[in-house]
Amino acid sequence: MTAEPLVVSPANLDEAFALRAEGGWRPLAGGTDLMVQLEADVAEPPERVLDLWRLAELKGISTDGYEVSVGALTTYTELRHSPIISARLHALAEVAATVGAAQIQNRGTIGGNVCNASPAGDTLPVLLAVDAIFECGSTEGIREVPAREFWTGYRQTALRDDELLVRVRFAVDRSRHTRFRKVGTRAAQAISKVVIALSYKDDHGTWRNVRVALGSVAATTIRATGAEAVLEGSRPRQAVAEEAARVLAEEIAPIDDVRSSADYRRSVSGRILHRLLREEGGW
Amino acid sequence: MTVVREEAAGPGTSYRFTLNGEPRELSVPGMRRLLDVLREDLGFTGTKEGCGEGECGACTVILDGMVVDSCLVPVCQVDGSEIRTVEGLTEAQNAALNPLQQAFLECGGAQCGICTPGMLMSAQAYLEDGGSADEDGIREAIAGNLCRCTGYTKIIDAIEAAALSREVDA
Repeated sequence: MTAEPLVVSPANLDEAFALRAEGGWRPLAGGTDLMVQLEADVAEPPERVLDLWRLAELKGISTDGYEVSVGALTTYTELRHSPIISARLHALAEVAATVGAAQIQNRGTIGGNVCNASPAGDTLPVLLAVDAIFECGSTEGIREVPAREFWTGYRQTALRDDELLVRVRFAVDRSRHTRFRKVGTRAAQAISKVVIALSYKDDHGTWRNVRVALGSVAATTIRATGAEAVLEGSRPRQAVAEEAARVLAEEIAPIDDVRSSADYRRSVSGRILHRLLREEGGW
Repeated sequence: MTVVREEAAGPGTSYRFTLNGEPRELSVPGMRRLLDVLREDLGFTGTKEGCGEGECGACTVILDGMVVDSCLVPVCQVDGSEIRTVEGLTEAQNAALNPLQQAFLECGGAQCGICTPGMLMSAQAYLEDGGSADEDGIREAIAGNLCRCTGYTKIIDAIEAAALSREVDA
């Protein structure tokens, strides 16, 4: 590393916004991505770092009964142990438990996962599948960006240079079912080969507003709209599940890389979707 | 909106924390890794560097009661915190091994020793959180600590033994 970056730990969110408005301040949350990038020299080291770790305004999980609101600095450990998350979106607690291991879960944050925008970010498919809303804050106020519009390219987001991700929100809906599955080399400390989230509203047995979201199969987290269309309005049993899995494997275009091959990712994506559908349908 | 520029932490900003119960204060760049502060600046070389990217857990320390990889924590984020390293496990008066360390010794829970300080800290945090002699719980507690020698079996035996002896004591 070259010159040591200047670090500021602002006392409150307004100070943080003011610094972001100046430009050139690189946000730092739990450090589990940024510290690795600095050590590996894969990114140009920032000249100025905005340390958000102590900003209480970015912490906390709450619900008003209609929505759940999760502060951007909420750690995976906090997601795992939150009664609100367990009751309202258990898949998010489950996914948090698969990220790294205790050391990473104690530092890594949901906001960091969202803003780092890795296609392998484990919470992202779940957030995409439940149509989460991201609150992007700046000196000008809060701007809401739907998850579907947030990841604009490989490690690119809709967050402006003067903004910080403040909160993540999603609707409370008892008729919505959300499931998650991750495939990695081992249970802990493994970056995903494929990560998939399935979400639907159960309308007396008929599936509505179906979402199939995947990570590690494209440059960003994506929705598999072809597979969604197969499932939409159906009561999935074996024939529908097979068709959805076939369409999914055809519509995604994963790549070969150090963690897996395109063929494996394509094939395993279809298999896991099929399995999730079978488990949900109880057949 | 005015931001007090003196808060800007360039080289030489002072950070205060408690290390194994002793107050410390030092002036270092804010993005310096806690691992380097411990080993290079303070001479606490019990904490090891393995991968340097949060994969192996060799540099695990306990920060405010929670395990962290000290290679991923910049010192600016430990200001005002309480840090415990492997040096803090021994009983202060007579430098005797604590029950967990004793169990590692008796069960053969260490071979080359590089992962051992991190393993001990993860296991210590697990036991202090009320973790039991349950193998799945122990395996999850040390899932972020890689060992290339032991195959883990004897490490798990050691943590189980420490958990059991604590249950007997209680």
